[in-house]
Amino acid sequence: MKIAIASGKGGTGKSTVAANLAYVLSRSRDVVLVDCDVEEPNLHLFFPAAAVDVPVTTPVPAIDPARCTFCGECGKFCRFGALSVLKDSVLVFPELCHSCGGCVLVCPQGAVREVPRTVGRVACSRPLPRLTLVSGVLNEGEVQAPAVIRAAKMLGEGHPLAVYDAAPGIACPVIETLEGSDACVLVTESTPFGLHDLSLAAEVVEKLGIPAGVVINRSDGEDAPTVAFCREHDLPVLMTIPFSREIAAVQNRGGLICRDLPGWEERFAGLVRKVSP
Amino acid sequence: MIRLAVVSGKGGTGKTMVAAALADVSGVPQVLADCDVDAANLSLLLDPRRVSTEEFRGLAAARIDLARCRDCGICADRCRFGAIVRRDDAWTVEALHCEGCGVCTYVCPMGAVSMEPRLCGEIYVSATALGDLAHARLFPGSGNSGLLVNEVKKRALARSAGKDLLLADGPPGIGCPLIATVGGMDAVLVVTEPGVSALHDLERLVTVCRRFEVRIVVAINRFDLAEDICRRIEDYCDREGITVAGKIPFDPAVVGAVRSGRPVTRTESPAAGALRALRDNLFSELGLP
Repeated sequence: MKIAIASGKGGTGKSTVAANLAYVLSRSRDVVLVDCDVEEPNLHLFFPAAAVDVPVTTPVPAIDPARCTFCGECGKFCRFGALSVLKDSVLVFPELCHSCGGCVLVCPQGAVREVPRTVGRVACSRPLPRLTLVSGVLNEGEVQAPAVIRAAKMLGEGHPLAVYDAAPGIACPVIETLEGSDACVLVTESTPFGLHDLSLAAEVVEKLGIPAGVVINRSDGEDAPTVAFCREHDLPVLMTIPFSREIAAVQNRGGLICRDLPGWEERFAGLVRKVSP
Repeated sequence: MIRLAVVSGKGGTGKTMVAAALADVSGVPQVLADCDVDAANLSLLLDPRRVSTEEFRGLAAARIDLARCRDCGICADRCRFGAIVRRDDAWTVEALHCEGCGVCTYVCPMGAVSMEPRLCGEIYVSATALGDLAHARLFPGSGNSGLLVNEVKKRALARSAGKDLLLADGPPGIGCPLIATVGGMDAVLVVTEPGVSALHDLERLVTVCRRFEVRIVVAINRFDLAEDICRRIEDYCDREGITVAGKIPFDPAVVGAVRSGRPVTRTESPAAGALRALRDNLFSELGLP
């Protein structure tokens, strides 16, 4: 079973929920926790351990100057602006390349080949006896987040139980993470921002046909609009985490509330029963 | 004119709250942009009146004309994104996965695949009491968020004549929408908070911003929730030569202001006072009046 944690809005507590959920799951079974927020992966801060890095590469064009006649076909074909053919040279902008392979296909001279370019890495570790952590890390300055997410999910394959921590937002990195998930936990906070972005995230999971439930985080008790939204959209409220300075302090130093605060292991076990019966 | 983007690395540190407060107390002619097109929230605090709505078309998507398709499957073989799938005994394009590269149109021997424009969102310009606001809505699941950010910036720039400040609320992360936001800016204000995650994300964001000719200034939100980590952030900024222009305390007035749909600087509160001080430090740093 694959459980994705997503949110729309950033900073609602996705990583908190993912880390604590995985911790509780790992008390009784093998689980892999995949950090798919590759722009800003944070789960390793909650589970420090020595990691093995696997580089993530994407294929990008390299031009053979001996064969190239500067005909311009590759530059004309590339819709991403990654190739620019001048009178006597070809400029390649690898960071714009989507690795579609079109330039190789269209070159009449066979002058384009593909070479791997490193855009990030996946760090694998075993911080607890039954918990494997797989963190996707996009290199700074790169934009191919989906390629790193794909690689991280692939390295997490083969485990019967996986938890995916998604990036904020509703664009391609989130879709890449949610693909193939059996259930999704949407984490929100009880503010108009939280609700607005929850409604966007709910639209995404509905579009993908993934059953979802909601965790309300940092609740100050004024949750009525969020609860009403969830009722209207058939989204069960799976858990409510109140705001407290104590919880914030545990979070801020990279702790786990279900390990460091009394009562939370049981409450997350309750969440486990709801999402993974 | 100074072009300033409010960014954060980690999500939820208070970018939008800070951006709205700065807009509220800037005291200079300004134009606003919400570059967090995935989850655009700035307008929720500014009581906007919509002036214009435009369709946003991202890169084209493939479409298969089944009348011409001879079922050879070459398009599916060559598609690197798994966007051409077999459904109901026919090849069809999974728009969510199509990157718009056009390889399928090139390889199809029957000319059955064409690239068609796709609607990915809407671009808005709204009038607010604090200045014109360019913003957008990305349709959930659409790609092209970096392109949409560029469109929002263009709309804001088109309304910037005679202004002293272009103030953009940025996206979280360090990827495509963030890079699109930071390009062409004079300065970024990084809103962070005292937590190990936020500090880690701040460091990655600074590495990315260093590639641009952009001034970096930091504000620490909810600084009093973990004063020891707050000091670690200040030490980091010190080492990097980055000015910490403000520290905002944890304050329930912030959530209260968001709930009433207005900038927190409209309230008499500790956070409002800290944000006014942030404005003064930041503006003197940037040479604004």
